[in-house]
Amino acid sequence: MILDLEKFIARQREVWRELDGLLGALERDPAARMDLGQVKRFHHLYQVTSADLGKLQSFACEPELKLFLESLVARAFGEIHDTPSGVSRVKVGRFFINSFPQAFRGRILAFWVALATMLAGFAVGAALLIVDPDAKEAILPFEQLVGSPSDRVAKEEQGQNRALEGKKILFSSELMTNNTRVAILCLAMGATFGIGTLILLFYNGVILGVVVLDYLRLGHTAFLVGWLLPHGSVEIPAILIAGQAGLVLGGALIGRRKSISLAQRLRGISSDLVILIGGTSIMLVWAGIIEAFFSQYHEPTIPYSLKIAFGAVELVLLVLFLTRKAPLAESSGRGGLRG
Amino acid sequence: MANRTKTLAVRTPEGIEFSLQIAGPVCRLLAYLIDASAIWSAVMLTGNILKIVSAINGQLGMAMLVFAAFVISVGYGIVFEWFWRGQTIGKKVLRLRVMDSQGLRLQFSQIVVRNLLRVVDSLPLLYLVGGVTCLLSPYSQRLGDIAANTIVVRNPEIFEPNLEKLFPDKFNSLKEYPHLAARLRGSISPEEAFLILRALQRRNELEPTARVSLFNELAEQLKSAVKFPQEALEGISDERYLGNVIDVIFRPRI
Repeated sequence: MILDLEKFIARQREVWRELDGLLGALERDPAARMDLGQVKRFHHLYQVTSADLGKLQSFACEPELKLFLESLVARAFGEIHDTPSGVSRVKVGRFFINSFPQAFRGRILAFWVALATMLAGFAVGAALLIVDPDAKEAILPFEQLVGSPSDRVAKEEQGQNRALEGKKILFSSELMTNNTRVAILCLAMGATFGIGTLILLFYNGVILGVVVLDYLRLGHTAFLVGWLLPHGSVEIPAILIAGQAGLVLGGALIGRRKSISLAQRLRGISSDLVILIGGTSIMLVWAGIIEAFFSQYHEPTIPYSLKIAFGAVELVLLVLFLTRKAPLAESSGRGGLRG
Repeated sequence: MANRTKTLAVRTPEGIEFSLQIAGPVCRLLAYLIDASAIWSAVMLTGNILKIVSAINGQLGMAMLVFAAFVISVGYGIVFEWFWRGQTIGKKVLRLRVMDSQGLRLQFSQIVVRNLLRVVDSLPLLYLVGGVTCLLSPYSQRLGDIAANTIVVRNPEIFEPNLEKLFPDKFNSLKEYPHLAARLRGSISPEEAFLILRALQRRNELEPTARVSLFNELAEQLKSAVKFPQEALEGISDERYLGNVIDVIFRPRI
């Protein structure tokens, strides 16, 4: 049997046009919501058009019409089967206050792995410096860290270091963007089954280990802690959380739970990835401001004790914020590394 | 030549199957080049606007430009794909669209993940990782698409079919014999009807000799399947005969 195409089109054309019109309105305004009557009508039109496509596939082979109906059904299918959970409906304030710590705690195992990797890098960096102090130049990527810590401390404390004079806003902006880039890279490297993320975290740990030991062995502990803690207490956890997101992605790609398909695993973690990287970005903006406008001032301008106390308070508040008890987010899904 | 367009078939819970045409790497590269130009233009424009701020405070203007350039480059794809439902300027020009790999509505988190993972896809340079992954992937997905469960589809402009163009209102001698016309409709499969229809739709693309030979072959096959009286076929070409056959099949009541 072959369909009487002309009669079929004449009879159904208005239904298709109405569905096309509704879809067009929805596509023009992503925030548009239908009321119950409109939803019922939309569903009816979708079902009728689906049935028409079914008839056409079975009883006729008119390619233009088939393509037209397929396009309508495909568009309507996406709208009908829309999943309501998602970041799209989450308010920014609520996101940072609730969803971010929930996602962090929901994926805590990945955070511990990230922290352990960075600590391992830290230990290796410190060990390298003990074995071969000259390796510092090869390891450290920033020129300003390669020189002698004693010279820098003397310069800073005598107020001779004027490199950032009048450039603090620009420096702050560069720090925020650069650190956020590193955080995004940490997350994105999760696509290499987490290996790239682990390498990045390890390398950052090595740099940190070399710098810390370099200052400690020359007795500049107060300077070091006063310099690093105010911004590092937020910046380092932010990078670790970005690494946590990368490891969650890597874990989902590897797939510990074989009963769930790759697509389902990835679908289950995508909201958490966005929440984690979003929270990280906010943390890095704060860290960039503190590093440019507070960390770079040393004694006698600001006492080290005050800087250390400020950094310690930030760290405590951050820990309290991230670990405070709240129901786990529904979006914390079905795959990846979970604690 | 074989049809090399990749498609993704989606089966709905109602049992209806529809297919999405997957966009190839070349289309996607062209769309990316347009988007890269748009990002560059937006950064340049912002730079020019911020010159006013720089005139008052040079450092602040520069800081704002560094920040704006970063936000534009990272946020461009996210903002456009969210507000334009999977399209950026480049994708709109080339009629491409990002979609969920199961045909569902695109979620914000999927858009963010696929855009942030560009960092890896663009490694080591010129999107080499993303390009190679796209070539190897059955649905032309780059790493960002795989992680976000998205595909990029071709979204050709589709109009309601124009049957008037398909069946010009001419006398059809085959309809003078309703019993034979009914037998013809019963003996031909939808696939065969589709083949004849396609041949008729694309007849102007064929070489004259190939056109005559193809329609002759198709007509002879049908003529042997259902034999119409000689007077019904007299004076009409093979091409016209096939047009009449299609008319009988798709417009039986007229």
